[in-house]
Amino acid sequence: MVRALVTATGLLLAWEAATRLLALPFWILPPPSAVGLALWTRRDLLVLHAGITGLEIVLGLVAGVVLGVATALLIVRFAVARRWLLPLVIASQAIPVFALAPLLVLWVGYGLASKIAMAALIIFFPVAANFFDGLRTTPPGWIELARTMGARESAILFHMRIPAALPALAQGLRIAAAVAPIGAVIGEWVGSGAGLGYLMLHANGRMQIDLLFAALAVLAAMAIALYYGLDAALRRLVPWQPETLKQTE
Amino acid sequence: MPVRAPAIRLTRAGVAFEGEALFAGLDLEIAGGRWTCLLGPSGVGKSTVLRLVAGLVPGTSGTTVVADDGTAVAGRVAFMAQQDLLLPWLDARGTVLLGARMRGETPDRRRADALLADLGLAAAAAQRPAALSGGMRQRVALARTLMEDRPFVLMDEPFAAVDAVTRLKLQALAADRLAGRTVLLVTHDPLEALRLGHRVLVMTGRPATLSAPIDPPGPPLRAVDDPAVLALQGELLRRLAAD
Repeated sequence: MVRALVTATGLLLAWEAATRLLALPFWILPPPSAVGLALWTRRDLLVLHAGITGLEIVLGLVAGVVLGVATALLIVRFAVARRWLLPLVIASQAIPVFALAPLLVLWVGYGLASKIAMAALIIFFPVAANFFDGLRTTPPGWIELARTMGARESAILFHMRIPAALPALAQGLRIAAAVAPIGAVIGEWVGSGAGLGYLMLHANGRMQIDLLFAALAVLAAMAIALYYGLDAALRRLVPWQPETLKQTE
Repeated sequence: MPVRAPAIRLTRAGVAFEGEALFAGLDLEIAGGRWTCLLGPSGVGKSTVLRLVAGLVPGTSGTTVVADDGTAVAGRVAFMAQQDLLLPWLDARGTVLLGARMRGETPDRRRADALLADLGLAAAAAQRPAALSGGMRQRVALARTLMEDRPFVLMDEPFAAVDAVTRLKLQALAADRLAGRTVLLVTHDPLEALRLGHRVLVMTGRPATLSAPIDPPGPPLRAVDDPAVLALQGELLRRLAAD
């Protein structure tokens, strides 16, 4: 953590020095000091748009995770669903989801809904695929033990398969947290009247490159906070994950 | 424990994987309330015999597995494997109560705690497997097996993954706590079979066959340096090597 901060500070200093020494034009690369100033002076604007993007990310995450988890459970529990749904789920991964963004705007509108749908769509696959993998790869010995205990399939699902798959689901959620902001911002770029993505385009059009960088910095900070916040929560909630166990050994 | 658990009789038992018979026409009597040890090289199919008894693999047609009290065997077995099969999210108490939870019964926490204490695991009741040594993990698995309180206990190399001294201690503990039950122990360790078994059978070949049974003199648990154990160990190793 400390090392990461030192590295980041070093890079910022190098950036500042480079813009001054090379006398780079402001509209190509403003120095971090200018970006910092924009962060402060335009804070009301940034907070407003960050709130909207944040809402899109969180709602997109919730929708994508619910959909992904439900699909994985359906596919694991019912052979019919496996036959009819699984090939589709796998094929859906091959679709460049971002290319759907204009369609989403057309279908669900210019507002929040199209961004939530965009984020949910790109989150869906990593969540469904990871959870399904986890559900499918329960050690066979555990299942046999449960059978000798006289367990029903539903009990095996709830008391064995699902808990055993939680570390894999956690992995899927980490990926989801990392890509959710991308989905929201792409959605905003394609068509919106608010959000950090909108603000970036707007600032770019008016040559307010310092504001563009400030919006980018806020977005990055939100994404990082989301990822690490979720990671910390998952470590607490699923303490039998391999990576958590390694740390406590 | 009830007076004496019933015997299990396998007749014309066979299991085939992808058309190839692992064994066929196998007759095996597992004496009631006693330890029967099935010894054989890896891959010979001894674990499959055990899984057939447990009802986990289907037998070929003509296979019968019956208990001599006339009721089915499957549903009355407790199973203990080489991998302790502890669920990483359950502490020792949760592990012991797993069977009840799996069947949707009310868990008997008091009995679980008494069992854990009896096996020297009172302090580990709230520990997850990652915090336990190999020997303790296998003791937790034994506690879970005992909690099931079944007449038939099927053990698949349960002590193979622990060090020699721990193994001897676990054998003594299991012999004591499982006395009176009908136990089928699968192992590749002749010494283990001779320490624990009322009867020892050697399984070799493909399709696998059983050698004539050996009944070591005296009751189990036998000492490692018991002269009869040592003499028979040589004989068993010869039979295994003859495969």
